Amino acid sequence: MIIGSLLLLGLFKFPLWNIMLGAPQYPEPLGMDIYIEGIEGVKEFDIQNIDGLNHYIGMKTIPKAEDMWEFEVFPIVIGAMVALGVIIGILGFFGKISYKWFLGWFVLMSVLGILGMYDFNQWLLEYGTDLDPKAIMKLLNPDGTPMTYKPPLLGYQKMLNFDVDSWPGTGAYMIFAGMMLTVVAFFVGKKEYKKA
Amino acid sequence: MKKAINILVSLVMVAGLVSCNNGENKKGSKGQGGLATNAAEKVYVAPGEHDEYYAFFSGGYSGNLTVYGLPSGRMFKEIPVFSQFPTSGYGYSEETKPMFNTSFGFVPWDDSHHPDISQTGGKLDGRWIFINGNNTPRIARIDLETFETVEIIELPNSAGNHSSSFITENTEYVVAGTRFSVPVPQRDMPIKDYKGNFKGALSFISVDQETGRMGIKFQLMMPGFNYDLSHPGRDKSHGWFFFTTYNTEEANTLMEVNSSQNDKDFIAAVNWKVIEDYVNNGGGTKMPANYAHNVYDHDTHLATSTMEKEVLTVDPTKVPGAVFFLPTPKSPHGCDVDPTGEYIIGNGKLSADLTVHSFTKMLDAIENKKFDGEAYGIPILKFEDVLAGTVKQPGLGPLHTEFDGKGNAYTTFFISSEVVKWKLGTWEVLDRQPVFYSVGHGMIPGGNSREPFGKYFVAMNKITKDRYLPTGPELEHSAQLFDISGDKMELLLDFPTHGEPHYAAGIRADILKKNSKQFYKLADNKNPYATLSEADARVERKGNEVHIYMTTIRSHFTPDNIEGVKVGDKVFFHITNHEQDFDVPHGFAMIGANNAELLIMPGQTKTLVWEPKQVGVWPFYCTDFCSALHQEMQGYVRVSPANSNMELSWSLGED
Repeated sequence: MIIGSLLLLGLFKFPLWNIMLGAPQYPEPLGMDIYIEGIEGVKEFDIQNIDGLNHYIGMKTIPKAEDMWEFEVFPIVIGAMVALGVIIGILGFFGKISYKWFLGWFVLMSVLGILGMYDFNQWLLEYGTDLDPKAIMKLLNPDGTPMTYKPPLLGYQKMLNFDVDSWPGTGAYMIFAGMMLTVVAFFVGKKEYKKA
Repeated sequence: MKKAINILVSLVMVAGLVSCNNGENKKGSKGQGGLATNAAEKVYVAPGEHDEYYAFFSGGYSGNLTVYGLPSGRMFKEIPVFSQFPTSGYGYSEETKPMFNTSFGFVPWDDSHHPDISQTGGKLDGRWIFINGNNTPRIARIDLETFETVEIIELPNSAGNHSSSFITENTEYVVAGTRFSVPVPQRDMPIKDYKGNFKGALSFISVDQETGRMGIKFQLMMPGFNYDLSHPGRDKSHGWFFFTTYNTEEANTLMEVNSSQNDKDFIAAVNWKVIEDYVNNGGGTKMPANYAHNVYDHDTHLATSTMEKEVLTVDPTKVPGAVFFLPTPKSPHGCDVDPTGEYIIGNGKLSADLTVHSFTKMLDAIENKKFDGEAYGIPILKFEDVLAGTVKQPGLGPLHTEFDGKGNAYTTFFISSEVVKWKLGTWEVLDRQPVFYSVGHGMIPGGNSREPFGKYFVAMNKITKDRYLPTGPELEHSAQLFDISGDKMELLLDFPTHGEPHYAAGIRADILKKNSKQFYKLADNKNPYATLSEADARVERKGNEVHIYMTTIRSHFTPDNIEGVKVGDKVFFHITNHEQDFDVPHGFAMIGANNAELLIMPGQTKTLVWEPKQVGVWPFYCTDFCSALHQEMQGYVRVSPANSNMELSWSLGED
């Protein structure tokens, strides 16, 4: 349980999500790593170059850490969940509280995770659809509706000349592993309880 | 029946023709330089794949250096060195004009001959490549991270800087010898008094191992012969340098006859380590001089020129054990040293045989003082005492020899138009291949080091004639690539080369390509006229000078509307490219500019001067197809009459 929740600390070092943009003239794709504290380019100037390309289709520049409340709240939430998990773990270890708390933490974390994903998707949607009316290129879908540029939440999508890949980063895998460990802790706790 | 016989006869005749043709084809495929059937495969580099070697060809009268890939023969870049280059604005931009400063003023052209790549421990290290300007004696250093010329040093007391620029095996020195001897110091004197009065300066230019910065350590003031070519000793002969000479007759007119009279000229063997010790201990004479030293800085993107006022000269007769003459038949041209450092080859261009001297025998003869007289106080060794061997009757007009590191040598023959492979030590000829036509230098990548990459040999031919589709009287030169990995040389490819490549230097691609820079960081740009943020873009007037601090990013100039410029103004466009991505240069061209365009790499600042002569509204635009909106990347300068009161103003995107 303790290890599982501590794995969440990995989010402060590793990206939660990664979006890569490749195109014929970008044999080395441009990419951004989304951390809980902000967005960074995979290479030093990738953000600047993505913004440079996006200005043709009227997208806003990629937000800096101070431009989005999420980047302030996420670290606090994650920090709190780590602390809570460690406390539950210690108390559980000494038998002060029921193993069911482990599951409780898991459920809470899952809800927060889904909320986070929902928020992330909303941001992608807004970022990809709220376009400058004076955009240099205004493209239409085959059905005549204005083209929008929301990157996929998960997976691959072809957008104009770009191949966009959006996949969880190392941090996300660490959360997943951590959360699984807490489930294991729950079952181990349950077994111990039954034995006792 | 008769008809039937006729048909039969004609069928037989046709069959005969066909078989004759077949016979000729077979002969053709083998005949011309032994072109084997799988040659195409050996030079084919598939789309998107990289070549195995870089090859740097001197441009001769183009003054530049071109970069090719081997084995494909594809050209990647022309690096401007000694010549103005309107393509990038080199030598036209305010930042690069100082590169052409000399004691003769602005000299925007030269004749570039012999490139040589820097070495450490006798192996190519790929830090820099050096090349000589032959006409107005200069040596240039090109940075192999940026493939840009970063330094040019002029050589005083020198003329026809031909036995240059060859480097010692730890890049301690770049060595440059004078082909034409001249009065030192220069003075008004009768030409016919040449003999005994002119001097031949051999310059030893030290190289700072950190920065690559060059400085003339000393000039060895030799007798007034012609110092034709040179090479450093390597491995066992490291510390020595060898120069071929001709015109030991010291003739000053009708040289083709008068300097071809002596049966033997000399190879001058110079022990530079002894001279280095001598000057480090205060030896030598400082003499007044005047020569330019021009340095380009990658952080300021700016060249600066300094006039040096003094040079240290050394009289060879004052340093015992420093210089000896090795008699070598008939006006030797190339002076080549094998990878072990033992053999010194004098390619006597008017001799029927190739002369090879032995370094060991030379040391022995010096130790035992077996001299055969002296010339101007410099001891002459006995030909027989230093001779290692002779390659008998290998061809006509030997010019240069390269080595494969496997004990073989490859000599080019200008007159008999062929390359001859022979064995060091036994002096037997192993193979010969015709070249088309009249080869000058040959090049094996790494051939000037202890460890040649003995896979390919490139012949640089002086005469092209019918090798390609005709393009009128003036033709590019032609190079030919041979596979030398087997016992016999195999011709693989012809490819045209730009200017007149005199020599080339090759290196394995993996040594260089990992270091090649993609773009300059804007944050590191220290150019005094740089504009690091669009908000700082502005126009300033200082008297009749107007300074426009402009930025570029896909796909606009900031500012793009400028008013208040007047006829008679001198307008400086200081343009900073704000892109920070690989291969996104922007160009800048101004209507009626009397110079060239600018091609500005990401993160770089360049300045172009424009002197408007006519009232009007004059456009400028980006010349490099930078983006889908490249055609829109343009702007206007309004030029008012000289007496106008129009105030300066500038803008971008205002309605």
